[in-house]
Amino acid sequence: MSAIDQVFFNCAHDGRGAFIPFLMAGDPDLNATAEYLDALAAGGADIIELGVPFSDPIADGPVNQRAAVRALESGTKLSGILQLVARHRDKLGVPIVLFTYFNPIHARGVERFAEQAAASGVDGVLCVDLPPEEGERGFIPALREQGVDTIFLLAPTSTRDRVTKVAEASTGFVYYVSRTGVTGERTALATDLVRDVKRLRKRLDQPLAVGFGISTPQQVAAVGEIADGVVVGSALVRLIEEQGSDPGFPRVLEERVRELSAPLRQRAERRRA
Amino acid sequence: MVRTRTLPDAAGYFGPYGGRFVPETLMAPLAELTRAYDKARRSRGFRRELTGLLNDFAGRPTPLYFAERLSEDLGGARIFLKREDLLHTGAHKINNALGQCLLTRLMEKERVVAETGAGQHGVATATAAAALGLSCVVYMGSEDMRRQRLNVDRMRLLGAEVVPVDSGSRTLKDAINEAMRDWVTNVRTTHYVLGSVLGPDPFPRMVRDFHRVIGDEARLQLKRQTGSEAPDLAIACVGGGSNSIGLFTAFLEDRRVRLIGVEAGGRSIGWGEHAARFAGGALGVLHGTRTFVLQDEEGQIAPTHSVSAGLDYPAIGPEHVWLHDEGRVEYTSATDEEAIEAFHRVAHMEGILPALESSHALAEALKRAPRLSRKRVILVNLSGRGDKDVESVLAWDREHAEKGKVESFAEAVAARQRGETA
Repeated sequence: MSAIDQVFFNCAHDGRGAFIPFLMAGDPDLNATAEYLDALAAGGADIIELGVPFSDPIADGPVNQRAAVRALESGTKLSGILQLVARHRDKLGVPIVLFTYFNPIHARGVERFAEQAAASGVDGVLCVDLPPEEGERGFIPALREQGVDTIFLLAPTSTRDRVTKVAEASTGFVYYVSRTGVTGERTALATDLVRDVKRLRKRLDQPLAVGFGISTPQQVAAVGEIADGVVVGSALVRLIEEQGSDPGFPRVLEERVRELSAPLRQRAERRRA
Repeated sequence: MVRTRTLPDAAGYFGPYGGRFVPETLMAPLAELTRAYDKARRSRGFRRELTGLLNDFAGRPTPLYFAERLSEDLGGARIFLKREDLLHTGAHKINNALGQCLLTRLMEKERVVAETGAGQHGVATATAAAALGLSCVVYMGSEDMRRQRLNVDRMRLLGAEVVPVDSGSRTLKDAINEAMRDWVTNVRTTHYVLGSVLGPDPFPRMVRDFHRVIGDEARLQLKRQTGSEAPDLAIACVGGGSNSIGLFTAFLEDRRVRLIGVEAGGRSIGWGEHAARFAGGALGVLHGTRTFVLQDEEGQIAPTHSVSAGLDYPAIGPEHVWLHDEGRVEYTSATDEEAIEAFHRVAHMEGILPALESSHALAEALKRAPRLSRKRVILVNLSGRGDKDVESVLAWDREHAEKGKVESFAEAVAARQRGETA
């Protein structure tokens, strides 16, 4: 059982979904990211998605695009991110999933990357522009060999065949993109979300986390009712953009994560009662 | 040589290049597009309708023109120009835009999005969309909007919405990013009319198939005009690589023909100063395909420069890398200065303003023709016309005038030419 499996096992036991915040590594620099990781863990993160900045993020909305620009401008490199994980993963006690585009991994070589990721303590890797068909050509076997979870995505447009393929390729969990589109905050959840998530969970052995467009405690509560995990990204990235330079900001971030994850803990308490 | 005609394979690969590197949201729509395209290309009705549009609306077949004065002046091989510049909208791009817009209607989608660099693909898509009753949004880097202002106005007059893209280098690469974001968001109602032999399968082969008419026509025309369907050299410029694939495909299995692709050499071969992928690129994954990409060691995409917006792009179509590996096509580059000089010489000697993209191919012909005998034939794809580039050329000329001697670079070229021909 991987550390990610363990998190979902424990959460299921508590009767709640896992809270999975996203941050762009190196936004505004890697020293800040180290502090923010602690804040996320203290605020109630069950798993942390750490973004690897890429120059051409086609699946991201403006907020995450700007974060990637800031991270690249501060000289953030994949090797620096892996070193950060190596220094903090054990202390943090929270599994880390790298959320990345494929080219930075391709440039390093998938086997070399897999070895380095495993050695640094990375728990899972999610490549937004790498479907399972392409992953089979090297990425999946390399990470499997190193015992790193490979997380793939499903989307509202995924057909039955594709659900089967993604299920076969994924370990740890499956990530459901709640709407067709790019990352970013939305005022309302997708209309068919409940139906789609319920249907998918019946067909998957792995836990299903839902992300894209979730930004408020109310939305977390709603998604927490149907999914095994809830991902919040752009809302936190925007907070860093707007307030990251304020003194004492990590406290603010921690508090925000606590607010966002509270509905999940409350659900667990209601269940126990 | 592996028979390139049967490529790509079922997974969209040309050898190790190509594939489908896209977010999951696009995978099922790509499968749908593949089915629709494979059905359409076998359908007599679709082919008839497309041929009708290409002939009666776009003006095919385009002429093959013997550039007699230029050839005489160079004193070597005879240069023939495939006049894609005479097509409706002024470049080869309309071949593909009509094909994909027709396919969009078959898929019962009502909206298309497109990226554009020089604006030619944007104008072609806006035109095809208007003619076929589709709504159209074109993404264009704000830097490109500045240097290709005429085309922005044309697209708007054709009813398309032109959206400026301010991220990254504000050129073609960033326009593709934004078009892909739109597509991923609106994929149920929208088709992405990708404008080159790039992107995930089936785009590289589909765009190739829609453009192969260029080379097919040129073969027949050469046979009529020179007695042989095989030129000694066939030359085309390579940005993403659509016009060159369109020209080369008809000649791939005819080993008598040397095929030459010309990339943008820009200002110099330094970082960010050019778009010559074979000179400075490495294998990578960008915009859905595994191919040669200008990038740093960390896999971050490099900035590019070319005086020609249509060649100003960090990746090359995957089939080109395959053809390069196979040794079937030679790739070289022309600098900004060489392209501008070719522009002026062709304008003066042939009465044709070539697009700056095509001027790169012409520059290579100018280099090679004098070294070949008069019996030899060079076929150049004149992929577009240069009306859109008038401002860019004049600005370049002013910037590069030899101070104190001439008012403009154009005068310097003219003087050099008078010297040579005297």
